[in-house]
Amino acid sequence: MTKILVIAEHNEEALNPSTAKCVACAASIDGAEIDIAVLAASAASVAAEAAQISSVGRVVTVERAENDAGLAAILAPQIAAMASDYSHLFGPSTAFGKDLMPRVAALLGVNQISDIMSIEGSHRFKRPIYAGNAIVTVEAPAESIVVATVRTASYQAAESGNAAPIESATVDVEVPTHTRFVELQTGKSDRPDLQAAAKVVSGGRALGSEENFELIFKLADKLGAAIGSSRAAVDAGYVPPETQVGQTGQIIAPDLYIAIGISGAIQHITGIKDAGTIVAINKDEEAPIFEVSDIGLVGDLFSIVPELTEALG
Amino acid sequence: MEKILVGLKRVVDYNVRVQVKSDGSGVDTDGVKMSINPFDEIALEEALRIRESGAASEVIVVSIGSSDAQQQLRTGLAMGADRAILVESGTSVDSLTVARIFKALVDRENAELVILGKQAIDDDNSQTGQMLAAIWGRPQATFASEVVLDGDTARVTREVDSGLETIDIDLPAVITVDLRLNEPRYVKLPDIMKAKKKPLEQIALSDLSVEAAPEIKTTAYEPPAGRQRGIMVEDVAGLIAALKDKGLV
Ligand SMILES: Cc1cc2nc3c(=O)[nH]c(=O)nc-3n(C[C@H](O)[C@H](O)[C@H](O)COP(=O)(O)OP(=O)(O)OC[C@H]3O[C@@H](n4cnc5c(N)ncnc54)[C@H](O)[C@@H]3O)c2cc1C
Ligand SMILES: Nc1ncnc2c1ncn2[C@@H]1O[C@H](COP(=O)(O)O)[C@@H](O)[C@H]1O
Repeated sequence: MTKILVIAEHNEEALNPSTAKCVACAASIDGAEIDIAVLAASAASVAAEAAQISSVGRVVTVERAENDAGLAAILAPQIAAMASDYSHLFGPSTAFGKDLMPRVAALLGVNQISDIMSIEGSHRFKRPIYAGNAIVTVEAPAESIVVATVRTASYQAAESGNAAPIESATVDVEVPTHTRFVELQTGKSDRPDLQAAAKVVSGGRALGSEENFELIFKLADKLGAAIGSSRAAVDAGYVPPETQVGQTGQIIAPDLYIAIGISGAIQHITGIKDAGTIVAINKDEEAPIFEVSDIGLVGDLFSIVPELTEALG
Repeated sequence: MEKILVGLKRVVDYNVRVQVKSDGSGVDTDGVKMSINPFDEIALEEALRIRESGAASEVIVVSIGSSDAQQQLRTGLAMGADRAILVESGTSVDSLTVARIFKALVDRENAELVILGKQAIDDDNSQTGQMLAAIWGRPQATFASEVVLDGDTARVTREVDSGLETIDIDLPAVITVDLRLNEPRYVKLPDIMKAKKKPLEQIALSDLSVEAAPEIKTTAYEPPAGRQRGIMVEDVAGLIAALKDKGLV
């Protein structure tokens, strides 16, 4: 029997949309029974949100003061202790899930499957390797538990409208004190979140300075879009790291992605393969970004972007 | 601290556009350029800086793979590592087994810090460091963009999706590094000559008595669904018209 425990990602207040995407992936396994685990210092509001996700049978909360920062070293032994009731443990392939799930897998003595992009059977999955230049089918042994992360860009969040029961559990394991949360610095902005946004405007090295990135911000605000960037733009200090899109940044799937002054290195493209429409603005007509874009415009961004922002009026 | 272990995986160079073989039996790696996994160069650079600051006395680079990985280990020695260990295996080794091998080497060497890349750019797994930390029962600081050692602890800044997270960890520990941690040094010719004299120990995987993990089999390879090249527009008016056409503005 397929019983899947999805590990909720949250910040103690709200559930991260990655959780409903993991549920959508889990629900594509025939006959799967799906529970969500909320490990938190106080789980009530997050659990209430999780209970609304369709296909979820039960939300299990594990409340413990040490869980407040979502540290892998603290969560992993608790999840490993809950694992015996399940055939599969799923987490999102976000920074949170990537940090946590391999630690859980190793405690259970199994390998972990990273970035499931499609379900081919209860133990057969497709996943990308080599920055998405190849897709492999992998088969996990039927006799051991499957621990995996779900490539969130491959799934639409499961619908809400459910009212699954919420049960609290106590997990009797010791958690370590060797890892301590200090702080989280977020680039507080009123713009949409990069992962969740329907539209993303992204700037590259060509912007040339932090000040010039203002052009990207203005266009994004006109469109109600989130801000993205290339690694080159982040390395140059124009924008903070959490805006980076690509193999080693965020993998996203907005309806509209506008790449401005970005050449289109494979490491960047791999982050936007699932975007609905890709628009590229680049002065070099040979730039590889044009090979994957739906709409291309060759020209100088410093004249095109202000004109576009203006025209969208 | 005495010793830092650093993982150096031999991978297809990041500039190579890897292709699936036409018969779907794997990816074509014949004759392509091989390099140190880019994140592992950053891991090594960090270890060297820690040693140079006086906080560690020895940096040992480790690779698990075919004997060809000696090349990457020699490069690591030329960058400044003190010695190298190659754990030889004819076939590719899964992450949990790699983690168990590192654990065996940690025990043998009494290492207090292991620095790995946040991911290997061939399999894109991003899991070895976390697994090692789990079986070692020690802290993990993944995706590090800043590491400050302070006696028996380290303060690590991590790149997470919502920004930068700072954690304190007790040593011994595992750190996995992100791209912005440092800029790896270039290797100079005299260093390459010197590296030839540094010790490179070869160990057969079978000599380590490491238990193999349950295997995840790869049964098929295929190229990704390609995106079609779309249209080119002449000007901003053309762009807006095309976006309107798709209902996007
Ligand atoms: C291990 C590894 C992982 C990586 N991961 C990522 C990742 O996750 N994400 C990522 O983005 N990169 C990643 N990279 C880096 C990647 O290889 C490229 O170096 C990077 O994406 C280039 O950024 P860019 O396109 O902004 O800069 P460039 O390649 O320098 O491109 C700038 C573009 O701007 C155009 N341009 C210049 N001036 C103008 C103008 N006035 N108007 C219009 N166009 C103009 C140029 O024609 C050019 O095409 C990674 C690299 C490695 C080795
Ligand atoms: N075969 C290997 N030899 C040496 N180091 C490795 C090997 N496999 C993984 N690593 C280390 O573990 C990191 C993460 O790899 P992975 O979990 O496979 O993405 C790499 O960046 C290396 O530092």
